[in-house]
Amino acid sequence: MSPENLMIAALLTPLVGGLLIVLTGSWPNLRESVTLVTAGITLALVANLVPGVLEGGRPELTLIEMLPGLELRFRLEPLGMIYAGVAALLWPVNSLYSIGYMRGNNEKKQTRFYLCFALAIFSALGIAFAGNLITLFVFYEVLTFSTYPLVTHKGNEDAMKAGRVYLGILVTTSIGLLLLAIVWTSVLAGTLEFTPGGILAGNVQPGMAGLLLMLFMFGIGKAALMPVHRWLPAAMVAPTPVSALLHAVAVVKAGVFSVVKIVVYVFGIDFLASLDTTQWLLWISGFTVLSASIVALRILIQQGNLKKMLAYSTVSQLSYIILAAALFSSMGATGGSLHIVAHAFGKITLFFAAGALYTAAHKTEIFQLRGVGWRMPWTMGAFAVGALSMIGLPPAGGFISKWYMMIGAFQAEQMVAFGVLILSTLLNAAYFAPILYMAFFQSEEPLRAAYADGHDPWHVDWDHGEAPWPIVAALTTTAALTVLLFFFPDVPLELARAVGESGLTAGLGD
Amino acid sequence: MVPLLAAPVAALVPHPRVAWAITVGAAGWALYAATGLLGRVMEEGVIRYELGGWSPPLGIEYRVDAVNAWVILIVATIGAITALYALRSVERELERDRIPLFYAAFILCMTGLLGIAVTGDVFNVFVFLEISSLSAYGLIAMGQDRRALTSSYQYLIMGSVGATFIVIGIGLMYGMTGTLNMMDLAERLPAVMDTRTIPVAFAFLTVGFSLKLALFPLHLWLPNAYTFAPSTVTAFIASTATKVAVYMMLRFFFTVFGAAFAFDVMNVDMILLPLSLVAIFSMSLVAIYQDNAKRLLAYSSVAQIGYMVLGISFATVMGLTAGIIHLFNHALMKAVLFMALGAVFYRVGSVELEAMRGLGKRMPWTMGAFVAGGLSLIGVPLTVGFISKWYLITGALEKGWWPVAVLVLITSLMAVIYVWKVIEVAYFHEFPGSEDDDGALEAPLALLIPTWALVFVNVYFGVDASLTSRIAGDAARILLGEGAP
Repeated sequence: MSPENLMIAALLTPLVGGLLIVLTGSWPNLRESVTLVTAGITLALVANLVPGVLEGGRPELTLIEMLPGLELRFRLEPLGMIYAGVAALLWPVNSLYSIGYMRGNNEKKQTRFYLCFALAIFSALGIAFAGNLITLFVFYEVLTFSTYPLVTHKGNEDAMKAGRVYLGILVTTSIGLLLLAIVWTSVLAGTLEFTPGGILAGNVQPGMAGLLLMLFMFGIGKAALMPVHRWLPAAMVAPTPVSALLHAVAVVKAGVFSVVKIVVYVFGIDFLASLDTTQWLLWISGFTVLSASIVALRILIQQGNLKKMLAYSTVSQLSYIILAAALFSSMGATGGSLHIVAHAFGKITLFFAAGALYTAAHKTEIFQLRGVGWRMPWTMGAFAVGALSMIGLPPAGGFISKWYMMIGAFQAEQMVAFGVLILSTLLNAAYFAPILYMAFFQSEEPLRAAYADGHDPWHVDWDHGEAPWPIVAALTTTAALTVLLFFFPDVPLELARAVGESGLTAGLGD
Repeated sequence: MVPLLAAPVAALVPHPRVAWAITVGAAGWALYAATGLLGRVMEEGVIRYELGGWSPPLGIEYRVDAVNAWVILIVATIGAITALYALRSVERELERDRIPLFYAAFILCMTGLLGIAVTGDVFNVFVFLEISSLSAYGLIAMGQDRRALTSSYQYLIMGSVGATFIVIGIGLMYGMTGTLNMMDLAERLPAVMDTRTIPVAFAFLTVGFSLKLALFPLHLWLPNAYTFAPSTVTAFIASTATKVAVYMMLRFFFTVFGAAFAFDVMNVDMILLPLSLVAIFSMSLVAIYQDNAKRLLAYSSVAQIGYMVLGISFATVMGLTAGIIHLFNHALMKAVLFMALGAVFYRVGSVELEAMRGLGKRMPWTMGAFVAGGLSLIGVPLTVGFISKWYLITGALEKGWWPVAVLVLITSLMAVIYVWKVIEVAYFHEFPGSEDDDGALEAPLALLIPTWALVFVNVYFGVDASLTSRIAGDAARILLGEGAP
């Protein structure tokens, strides 16, 4: 198949899969097979796109012209390839995990769940393939609306409230700020195409460019830059597979992907670096990195909800990528793109582990994790790998991306960014290491005794073992991917380099 | 003009279904003619027809260019679809012996609206306006609720005041120029522009139109009228009557008086701009606090009309294109929304939000159509609403009117809130009755098919708007006198 057809096929597969999921809704086994097969086909299709893009191919096609100059267009380039690859690779793994989780917890409305999941992947691929801002925007909105039923899956009062926050923040920012920024860009530049080197250089004054960048950055609420990050912790009421794939991979990565894409292909790295009205992005993302880490640390100290801590860790890690993009250097863009992959693998592992704890023992709070390492060795082993990746230590993938980001910070002579990276590494270590210590080196006995009299709001099962096998298989796979990324980073690294180069000057990388 | 002949026939026929068949036939014929007309206008430019063979300016002339061919098509489309829809809905909401009268009034109203759009003679505009208004008063008064009578009376008073203002304006113009033909007026007016009479005529006309199109603060008749009218009537009038009034305003401002006089001498944009902004903002706010879904949409209509007038007040090609394309797009989405509510009323007997609890599950297709229309109202991409918003914001930014663009986006968010209110009640609240209560099951196909046909149109022109935007762009250029084809 030609790359163009591959792109269309990769987009259509989840849609057709979603339809089949609805049709087979009454037979759970068949329905789950459909999900797995669809995910597998999507992965194969996306994987087939990689070699062409590595060789410099940029397949593109126009779907439809909505208005003169306003087209739905796809154009695949390295950054989109990275994002599409991550989403397509983790979907099958996550599907396997979902089956274990949803059945293990007897969740309701599973057909709707799998359908929305397929739709979310469809829109994630659409975002990855988008050839211009308007296409990106369309799929961005589809992603928001298709994930809303997943966030509110439980259907109780808490879930509804969280759903309102989720939808409220994401829709407000995207319609109120992002759309405005897009229309403005179209008026200024006369085009919305993603072009290496940017389309705005020479079309806008420095002050206005700063304002426009601000509209874009806060308009992309999914990137969770403070203060528009509140939806992410709120969305943690969702079932864990949702938190794992959507709020560690598809949704939040759609946000930072758009950020990097806009910095590289709309503004252009050189253009942004030449302005002094855009430096605030570095500061605000640095601030987000640190303060979100501190919030995560506070949750650890209060021994609060594990998923909430992971959510704040995500907020902080996302801002790494924004920070890397805000260095406005090619190495920074490379590191940021690579971190999209590294963080995805690591964070999905951590969420998988959190879900495994819940499924096996109804453990959701950090203090309940004492001694759990020996009861669930696979789960907590994977958790350790994920944690290493978050901190940025070998042999986990997070090390490589952090390495490039640090080089980028040096290259751009941004010592502030360098300091933020170092400091946040320490903070990450400070909130992940104690959990590992508790899990492996502390005894669960005192806790058990304390809750023996039946006053346990969480209904923890203290005599649990490992989680169901699909869950264990899935989290082992992602942990293995995290380690593999450290040893064999070639493909994503090549792609990430191409991103960094194409941002520099038109025609260099493309 | 077939509808005019069909009306008395429909009134005389005793059997409701036969009257309905005549209505559908007439509306269908009008739609067919309108489509052909638009096709020819797009190809050949202006079409003229001299009524009774008297040549203008003595006789009445029908004159169709891209602008009114467009409006005619809107009225005919909505008329045909609501006529199809009417059958079951009207049977449910009206007494049997009134039904033929209803259809007669319906056809008359449609005739009036089409007539306003087609004619090239200002006094003829007034005549048709009265035809459509009087029949609309009658239609609204047929609502089940007794309050329909008072709201119709309210509309009657305010509508008549508006019509009187319009006729005074027309009279003054006639006094100064001695002609009623639009083209003739446009030629002769510049000679007498400096007199005091013409600005006075202009002012009378502006106020009259504003009343008719329910521009804030002259909108008071609208919410009650929409709320208590029979569902079919609400769907029809909401998506056509005010649109035709907007057309009259466009026609008089740009063709008869000329953009230069209206905007440079009279500075009408200085009135329209703030009023439309206040309308958009305050009416969206009021809509958020409504507990009756129909009334909620009625207030939203006033806000949406504000968008159109806002586009007009830009007086640029982009702004006018936005206003004209929104004419069509808003007609499409409001018709869908009101028709979905009509289906709810058909089953549940009420459109209070209270009564709509849990309907998402009970009436999936009806509420699905409502959600589609709601998304369009918000302006979500791939619906027609998005196209309108796109043009409007681009127009505002082109003029460098920042706050306006921001306000348009803020009010879109307010639309999210009021649409969401209905959706949340319908989908996330439990159905109050017992499960096997068949009082609120899916609406009959006779209601669903027309509704979903419109949903389809909504999405189609949202995805591929090149046709609508070309026509609207042409119309805008004609009105501004730039390169008229």
